[in-house]
Amino acid sequence: MFSFDERVIPLDVWITNIVNWLVEGYRWFFQLIKWPVDFILSGVSDGLLATSPLLVIALFGAIAWRVSGLKLAIFTLLSLVLIGLLGFWSETMITLAMVFSSVVFCTLVGVPFGIWAGRSDRVNNVLRPILDAMQTTPAFVYLVPIVMLFSIGNTAGVLATIIFALPPLVRLTSLGIRQVHPELVEAALAFGATSSQVLLKVQIPLALPTIMAGLNQTIMMSLSMVVIAAMIGAGGLGAPVVLGLNTLDIGLATVGGLAIVLLAIILDRITQSMATKKNKDVK
Amino acid sequence: MEKIVIKNLYKVFGAEPRKGVKLLEQGKSKEEIYEQTGLTVAVQGASFSVNKGEIFVVMGLSGSGKSTLVRMLNRLIEPTSGEVLVDGQNILNMNKDELVRFRRSKTSMVFQSFALMPHQTVLENAAFGLELDGMDKKQREERALDALKQVGLEGLEKAYPNELSGGMQQRVGLARGLAVDPDILLMDEAFSALDPLIKTEMQDELLKLQDRHERTINFISHDLDEALRIGDRIAIMQGGRVIQVGTPEEILQNPADDYVRAFFRGVDPTGVISAGDIARDSQPTVVWHTKAGSPRATLEMLSIKDREFAYVLDSEHRFLGVVSSDSLRDAVDQGNGASKLEHAFLTDAKSVQETDSLQDILPLVASHAWPIPVVNSESRYRGVVSKNLFLRTLNRAEKGTYFEQSAS
Repeated sequence: MFSFDERVIPLDVWITNIVNWLVEGYRWFFQLIKWPVDFILSGVSDGLLATSPLLVIALFGAIAWRVSGLKLAIFTLLSLVLIGLLGFWSETMITLAMVFSSVVFCTLVGVPFGIWAGRSDRVNNVLRPILDAMQTTPAFVYLVPIVMLFSIGNTAGVLATIIFALPPLVRLTSLGIRQVHPELVEAALAFGATSSQVLLKVQIPLALPTIMAGLNQTIMMSLSMVVIAAMIGAGGLGAPVVLGLNTLDIGLATVGGLAIVLLAIILDRITQSMATKKNKDVK
Repeated sequence: MEKIVIKNLYKVFGAEPRKGVKLLEQGKSKEEIYEQTGLTVAVQGASFSVNKGEIFVVMGLSGSGKSTLVRMLNRLIEPTSGEVLVDGQNILNMNKDELVRFRRSKTSMVFQSFALMPHQTVLENAAFGLELDGMDKKQREERALDALKQVGLEGLEKAYPNELSGGMQQRVGLARGLAVDPDILLMDEAFSALDPLIKTEMQDELLKLQDRHERTINFISHDLDEALRIGDRIAIMQGGRVIQVGTPEEILQNPADDYVRAFFRGVDPTGVISAGDIARDSQPTVVWHTKAGSPRATLEMLSIKDREFAYVLDSEHRFLGVVSSDSLRDAVDQGNGASKLEHAFLTDAKSVQETDSLQDILPLVASHAWPIPVVNSESRYRGVVSKNLFLRTLNRAEKGTYFEQSAS
């Protein structure tokens, strides 16, 4: 009787070999990729940690006030003060820096790819399964190769975060470009627009609200990776949670989780208000 | 002088369009080709020329290929084969850069859906073509402002398109087309999305603009009245073919085939033509029923305009009633200045639906002194049908019958 008892394709062996081969021969290349991420990450986190907490709180309050209103500003101020009183100020600043760096690189990579996919069906078809894989592959699967290639620490954590947080931005950028009415593109062409003029004067401005929604998603997903990143030695708010889990310190883990939630709400509301504000402008 | 000449133009959509052209040349029909190969023939063997400074209307029902045809004149759609000569130059031989330059300098286009940029102000929209051409901001805004003035949109420069009504939006579309000062204006069903009142107004506007500055206009339409009203010459398309080209009179008096004839007459015109088809809003006097609208003011207006009747609408364009100068005078006399407009309404003034046929409305038109108001299903005012208009329509339909008999 036929059965699948025997393994026919030793894919696991191949993958192990490929990773080993990459680690042995091309580690220098991956260290090179790491460098710009490291540069921005340490710059931002050093900057945030060196700044007086009061100034940082005031700055966030001001941003919240500006993009949304008094309500969000008060919520932001209270939440940040609470985080400080809970004793997680420096962890919060490191997490903030990690989220910021991953969002910067997600934007640098994601928006151009999104635009490319938005303008070409072929690119879109190639990218889609890749994005699906990036979004659904359990993070634990790629944590080990990431550690092998990039070693442990905050930077490796950011790189793992980028893999997970990139897809929504690419998808929503592509969607935004595709949603632009074909008649508008046609009108631009009829008046003698070149391909890049169509992109810069019609497609990107009209896709901007959708791209901003993608950015918001990317920020949220970056935050949700904080704990997993802490498992490969990244600092920040994930660290107390992981420590709390390992030592069965329920209180520590919960308070760390609370700080993450507060930070997530602040960042979400601020970026969402920015997106809808943009929306109102173009309507 | 010939401005645009198209010769034997074909457009076939599908994987191997050239094969479609070959099959057409072998005498296969559009339908046979679709069944055999899956290719869609949009335009087949179209040839005509447009003279400098004329309004050339391409008319046909939806699916006749007219929208595809106009897009081949600036290569928004790439022709499968044939020639498009503009000022003697075949635009199909142009490379990318030449084509961009051609589109920026020689042509502009007005779209059925307006296709205004929602993120730009009216002024920025009007300046769009000039901006693409790299003109500096001050200069292009000056020219855009001038174009907006030409279409009667002064003072709205800072508005966004979604704040304007359909008619105004299309004025912006027209201003955008005029701002680049093109030789050729391509208008793809430019007024078809507008309601009849505004449509006529825009047609007048176009004719006025044409009086001031003659351009070569290629106007696409499915509306016979529009074609007759604005066209210097008309081309009629059916199933992707141009079946007749001529002045409105030529086509009226000598329709090339049954299809063309069908445009100009129904089997029984009074049963086919509806009140909405012939209703006109240009002739009657319309007054708005507002708090300020008094019988005295309306009477004054009628005497200034030398009219006998006025039609009263509310702010939503809904038809309320008809007043005559006599009924107004009575209301003024009886009411001692306190009377309202509705006191002057003629009691037997009824409106008809725009879908009613001429047969249905004949008794009303014949028995009343005033032109009969026509409303749509939401009781919004669409125009009126006067005795005169009614008879002229019958006469035109009659002529069609006459020529059909003489042709057979």
